[in-house]
Amino acid sequence: MMKRVTPRTLRSSACLALLAVVVLAGCKHPGQSTTALKPTATGAAIVETSGGHQLGSTGTELKDPLIVQVNDEQGTAVAGALVEFQSPAGVTFEPATMLTDASGQATTAVTLGSIAGRYQLAASTAGKSKPVALDIVETALGYQQRVGSILADKYCTRCHDPESSAERVSNYDNLETKPHPFTDSNTLNKMTDADLTAIIQYGGPALHRSALMPPYGKTLTLAEVRALIAYTRALADPPYQPAGTVYAHK
Amino acid sequence: MQFIRKYLSSAWHTLFGDPVRAFGIVSLVLLLALAVTPTKEHFSEWHGYQRNYLSLIRDRGDAVSMRRRFEPGIHQIWMPALGVVDRCTTCHVGLNEASLADEHQQPFRKHPAIPHPVEGFGCVICHGGQGAATTVSEAHFSERDGEAPILPTRYIEAGCGQCHQNEMAGTPQLNLGRTMLTRYGCVRCHSITRPDGSKLMPTDHPPSLIHIADKTSREWIYSWLKDPQAYAATTTMPNYKLSDQDASDISAYLVSSSKPQPGDTAAVDVKTASAGKAGNPAAKPAANPADGASLYGQSYCSSCHAVQNAAGNVVGGNVGPELTRIGNKVKPEWLNAWLNNPRIYDVTTPMPHYRFTPQQIATLSDYLHSKSDADYGANVQLAAATPQQIARGRRLIIDGGCAACHEINGVQTPQNFAPDLSNIGSKPLAQIAFLPGMQHTVSTYIVSKIRQPRAFGGAVKMPQFALSNAQTDALTTALLAQTARSRTIPDTLRVAATADTNYQPAGHAGKLMTELACFSCHRINGRGGDMAPDLTYEGSSVQRQWLTDFLKNPNTLRPSLIRRMPRFNLSDSDNKELTDYMLAVYQTPTVDPDTAPSATNPAQVVEQGRQLFYSKFACQSCHIVDTKTDKGYIGPTLTHVGSRLTPAWTYAWLKDPQALRPGTTEPNQKMSDDDARAVTAFLMSLKGTAGIGAKQ
Repeated sequence: MMKRVTPRTLRSSACLALLAVVVLAGCKHPGQSTTALKPTATGAAIVETSGGHQLGSTGTELKDPLIVQVNDEQGTAVAGALVEFQSPAGVTFEPATMLTDASGQATTAVTLGSIAGRYQLAASTAGKSKPVALDIVETALGYQQRVGSILADKYCTRCHDPESSAERVSNYDNLETKPHPFTDSNTLNKMTDADLTAIIQYGGPALHRSALMPPYGKTLTLAEVRALIAYTRALADPPYQPAGTVYAHK
Repeated sequence: MQFIRKYLSSAWHTLFGDPVRAFGIVSLVLLLALAVTPTKEHFSEWHGYQRNYLSLIRDRGDAVSMRRRFEPGIHQIWMPALGVVDRCTTCHVGLNEASLADEHQQPFRKHPAIPHPVEGFGCVICHGGQGAATTVSEAHFSERDGEAPILPTRYIEAGCGQCHQNEMAGTPQLNLGRTMLTRYGCVRCHSITRPDGSKLMPTDHPPSLIHIADKTSREWIYSWLKDPQAYAATTTMPNYKLSDQDASDISAYLVSSSKPQPGDTAAVDVKTASAGKAGNPAAKPAANPADGASLYGQSYCSSCHAVQNAAGNVVGGNVGPELTRIGNKVKPEWLNAWLNNPRIYDVTTPMPHYRFTPQQIATLSDYLHSKSDADYGANVQLAAATPQQIARGRRLIIDGGCAACHEINGVQTPQNFAPDLSNIGSKPLAQIAFLPGMQHTVSTYIVSKIRQPRAFGGAVKMPQFALSNAQTDALTTALLAQTARSRTIPDTLRVAATADTNYQPAGHAGKLMTELACFSCHRINGRGGDMAPDLTYEGSSVQRQWLTDFLKNPNTLRPSLIRRMPRFNLSDSDNKELTDYMLAVYQTPTVDPDTAPSATNPAQVVEQGRQLFYSKFACQSCHIVDTKTDKGYIGPTLTHVGSRLTPAWTYAWLKDPQALRPGTTEPNQKMSDDDARAVTAFLMSLKGTAGIGAKQ
């Protein structure tokens, strides 16, 4: 009898202890920072200044910090408002709570979780009557998608990305038949992996499309083509759902 | 006593008095004893996970096939050659289940796609941790002797770096970290040996200080030493957190030990006092202030040098030093001499000898001198140095290890100045002095040590580097890849680093190429930078007249690039020397001029090529042939290609671009021989001056 009970009690006490640690750890952090940070003002709205919609590697810090601004009803920046960043498990902010600076902005460094995919983050502030919050989306790329993003930078985005930068002029406007930007998910989500593989390997004519899309089948390996596809899928908004996959229902 | 004995004997009698009963009791005890192990197993952690896995997949569409693939019990991957005994897959059951891609709950996630199958490599090779353990705490978090917690995802590329010493596209963080180890001077103090026994060699260019007084003042050295980043935000020189007295004494020693070298401005002034040479302020030609900025731009100084703009952004290359406050630093006569020929002051400099005219030098020098900050070092007033100060400065230089990077008169280069970091990634936790409150992992230790080296005690000499979080992470990743395990991996699995060769072209042309610092931007035969095209096969590629003209006036080939080849004002004989050498030596055997299509072709072949160019291969998406209709902006403009490239090269290139220049972006279009000949004929008809090909 004893023998049977021991592991279970041990396990449950371990669980309890773990729970206690988690709860304590959960309480400790905000508890400390809220006592240290005394908001001197409240805002009516919170807006994203920069740092949203970034792509980063899983588990690493995003290149640019996330900056949000707290405004009042007139749209003027509010200094000294308390901003709290929240996220699903795995994402960390440094710092997670802070007061807005003189220009009404709060800046935090975001480290993504270890799972590839889209992360829905939130920034919230107290507000006059009820809290106001802002949703921010960041994307974490796994190994294959990151390889794809590097290949895309080299071979694809000069034409497929309409945005030009000082370092890199886009070729999009120069093309008679416009390529689909990788963010054009309405089109790309309708194409299967086999379609995309064919068009990358054999060029536009493979799917009766423009010959301005050249064939890369002898330049890129199949693994590289797959990586490119994985990357374009990671950018899809709404997310790509391959036909035929059965999803778990809760 | 009596009572106990009586009780025991009655108990013995009750249990074993009767042989049948005794047999039953013994059997029962035996049965219970045998049940211990199965019971323990039933309640073990991993068994719980396997049960949870089964209930997780129960409701999925492909539950039947998934359950068929599931094997209960402890799973083990054993690879004696790698020293791997991994039981991780006991709990991480669904690593290879494609349909678990949407599952976020560990330990049941599918492993993201990587080139290595788990069956062939196991887990701990990349992730660290204890593979043989079957509980989470032991496998993931153990800090016992000889064990270490698993590698955080943040630094996971360190796992790749144990076997892959080369640069890989998929590991940007590791690549950056390794570049930084050699570029930020880390390996000048710390020695780092790769598993194959080769050492990481520095790639930075710390200036020699043996004639520093010719270049700058003691006051500037003082301000610089106090805070290098205040002078140039992007400098790799770390902050040694020197006191005022220390900085004053070190600057005193550096200036007093500085000895003029042949060619220094001090020497030039005496020798050529009456000559009108550049570098002599007495006979300074008139500068043209309006031209300063445009000359700086035309010379493409910003390809290598950065300047902080009004918005506070540092813009430009990082080959040479940042020039935001250059006017605060250098003496005017030194700058003139440097612009005239940098190799006189520093024979190893990556800066090209531009062959500016005296007026250009004066213009550029004035322009650069205007880049100064009136507030920088304004309050620095140093009293004349005493011999005690100078002696103390020398001792501080020896103690601080300055000579590990810089050449300094009277101070020897220290050997093994700082601890060897070859195996830092697997440093036993027991040997690390963690600070209070620090997580006990090697990665936290390395990060803290890079961020705040002096927090580990006053005796630590390591200076404070000005690094962003991303740079610190990259450096940590590169260091974590230096493990003891990486040395026991079989040679067949190891990918060696691609080291630069020490290729040096011969003769007068070789001397010219050194003077023009071609290797700072171009790569030839495995040596040199990657800013400009690889010239290893340039001789097979281009025509003589074009190369001569290009060296005379490098108008750009690719209009969308902001980094371009500067103009070097070469003399005609030097130009010819360089052209001859490149055409004769930089040849590839795969491009055969004898079997190539000829440069002139019948009109119908040219027309056929034109149609192939525009329709089948749609080259106009990247290239411009007719400036009126074509807009392709990615590859080089081809309006003059018939007078630039050789037909043999063009044909070979069309057949397989990557064979001639690995990694080039032009896709291999699988052209047939006939198609390639026709397109070559069309391209060779494009001479620029003679109208647009065979359009009419």
